[in-house]
Amino acid sequence: MATDLNTQVEGIKDEYKYGFRDSDAQYSFKSGKGLNREVVNQISEMKNEPEWMRSLRLKALEVFWEKPTPTWGGDLSPLNFDDIHYYMRAADRQGKTWDDVPAEIKNTFDKLGIPEAERKFLAGVGAQYESEVVYHSLREDLQKKGVIFVDTDTALREHPDLVREYFGTIIPIYDNKFAALNTAVWSGGSFVYIPAGVKVDIPLQAYFRINAENMGQFERTLIVVEEGAEVHYVEGCTAPIYTTESLHSAVVEIVVKKGGRCRYTTIQNWANNIYNLVTKRAVAHQDALMEWVDGNLGSRLTMKYPSVYLMGKGARGEILSIAFAGKGQHQDAGGKVVHGAPYTSSRIISKSISKNGGRASYRGLLKIADGAKGSKSNVVCDALILDAQSRSDTYPYIEIDEDDVKVGHEASVSKIGEEQLFYLMSRGLSEAEASTMIVSGFIEPLVKELPMEYAVEMNKLIQLQMEGSVG
Amino acid sequence: MSKVLSIDNLHVAIDGKEILKGVTLTIRQGEVHALMGPNGSGKSTLSYALMGHPNYDVTGGTATLDGVDLLAMEADERAKAGLFLAFQYPTSIPGVTVANFLRQAVTNVRKPDRKEGEDLIPMREFRKEIRAEMDELGMDQEFARRYLNEGFSGGEKKRAEVLQLAMLRPAFAILDETDSGLDIDAVRVVSEGVNRVAAKNHTGILVITHYQRILNYIKPGFVHILFGGRIVESGGPELVDLLEREGYDWVRAKYPEAARDEDEMEQHTPSGQLTF
Repeated sequence: MATDLNTQVEGIKDEYKYGFRDSDAQYSFKSGKGLNREVVNQISEMKNEPEWMRSLRLKALEVFWEKPTPTWGGDLSPLNFDDIHYYMRAADRQGKTWDDVPAEIKNTFDKLGIPEAERKFLAGVGAQYESEVVYHSLREDLQKKGVIFVDTDTALREHPDLVREYFGTIIPIYDNKFAALNTAVWSGGSFVYIPAGVKVDIPLQAYFRINAENMGQFERTLIVVEEGAEVHYVEGCTAPIYTTESLHSAVVEIVVKKGGRCRYTTIQNWANNIYNLVTKRAVAHQDALMEWVDGNLGSRLTMKYPSVYLMGKGARGEILSIAFAGKGQHQDAGGKVVHGAPYTSSRIISKSISKNGGRASYRGLLKIADGAKGSKSNVVCDALILDAQSRSDTYPYIEIDEDDVKVGHEASVSKIGEEQLFYLMSRGLSEAEASTMIVSGFIEPLVKELPMEYAVEMNKLIQLQMEGSVG
Repeated sequence: MSKVLSIDNLHVAIDGKEILKGVTLTIRQGEVHALMGPNGSGKSTLSYALMGHPNYDVTGGTATLDGVDLLAMEADERAKAGLFLAFQYPTSIPGVTVANFLRQAVTNVRKPDRKEGEDLIPMREFRKEIRAEMDELGMDQEFARRYLNEGFSGGEKKRAEVLQLAMLRPAFAILDETDSGLDIDAVRVVSEGVNRVAAKNHTGILVITHYQRILNYIKPGFVHILFGGRIVESGGPELVDLLEREGYDWVRAKYPEAARDEDEMEQHTPSGQLTF
């Protein structure tokens, strides 16, 4: 074993493990590259959307053009908005049962290795293939209780009033450039509605995948949890590798009403060339609980800060995030909590790992408004840096306008200790196994919050990231 | 077949400073050796160098296990070859349970030819075994689910080391100050564990200590005094009594050159604790 760890931990496997591409997919519609009013009109017409949505899209397009590209966070300069497809649909119709799902799409799922048991376990599988959800099923008993779990396009057709009531109210088009872009060209995503008092006892899950060169993916998710209702929504992502830039810019809006609970779990593992610029925000009303569990692997640049606005007395918010930045990757992730009511509480726990020149940044905002007395918040961010080429930054912003509050903030940066490596190696573990074990242990407090199959997948992904890390 | 751990004229330096100045020691499987010496005499340096810590540079001499060169191996290969070190200060690995860690370690050591990523030893078999060993050591079953050495008391850490010793079944085990920080009852429990495991696996033991008390339980057939970076005296259990009665003054008087080295080393490692 060399004395210098830096010379040892190098060369993450660049080969993206899920980097196959399904060349047989029949794209039934593909917009040209670039963005203009005509493309937006075309998307809206194709979908037979109501006029209010079409005009909202066009208004959002103007906002997108007006707003400058952000210069904070990561480097967005290589993004060329004229070199991206903004809409593509893989199948003309949506399968009602598994048999109706086109064979090449099933083929893609097979390659992703979604097990049969998992499909049965889950209430519904909303699989976003290209820009549109092509398959959805929902357990009947949930349907009887009035639970709605469909892709957002379907929701707009079948539940237009519900969609109109909430769409863009949590994240308005003026919020930021990429939320505006998403609003202009959105397609797919999930719409979830849980009626008052209904507790969904199994996670609702969607599986996402991007599969076209230079194709942006702009899904739009909207979750409404009525009073006293509960839901756990799970979203997983793997994407094939590309040689040119690709953009993913989603918007997720969540409303949790009085006494309701919502947990939103994401594990994203993007190909190394993807710009992943996502706006996620939830509003929690009185005594409601909102939890974000967010795992970010892969991508070239991820900028994502799930946020919770605690707007009712006694509301609680929790954000757990894991970021893994490998070679050529920048994870700029974190969380945002705004305490806008008294006796609200929040917790942010962030863990990041950087290796092989990767950069992981924690960027967080904690804001406690005047009058939010008796509020409590605790922020913990830990970074693990695996070699001297890699980097970790912390940008915690704290704004407190109320005196009667309790706020804690801890941050730590550590390296894999030589003693830890030696201890494990003295028990017969190779250096690679020892490093992987230490990294797995580091994120364990968050992984154990994941549903079982996602915890397994997360550990598998970490192993893949660590594999071949020792020469 | 009895294996032999053979150390010949071993020189070891840390940061360019020589700590061991030619240590020679031969241990056969089933034998119990004690290595005694004052703080800073180089006892822990010997254990770390033998196990392959990267900060310990071997500048001369040889160390072989059953004729195979240990010094050319990484620490994990030495473990697979049958060497074990019970640490004086076991490090904690947050988030990694004792059970997960040990299952991987046991698999690697028992199946040294297994390729990385291949199956671990079956969970059922492993669980049965670790439960039995924990029972023997008077450990709560809950212990296997705790994070490795995280928040362990001194006694728990040492017991965890003996649990690992029991599961890994090495041909040779070095116990580095295993008695330090333990009350007398804990010393007894840990020692009995070591004796039981050693008898079962015919383990060769090297007990490193500067107190007599652990040697009341783990009885050495051979006793060595490390002083000024070399072994100055070797003998039987009577050496333990002699040191206990008279301290190291007679050693100092008898070996003036080693005493000079010892004094110099004392200044560099004031507490006797290893600095990484």
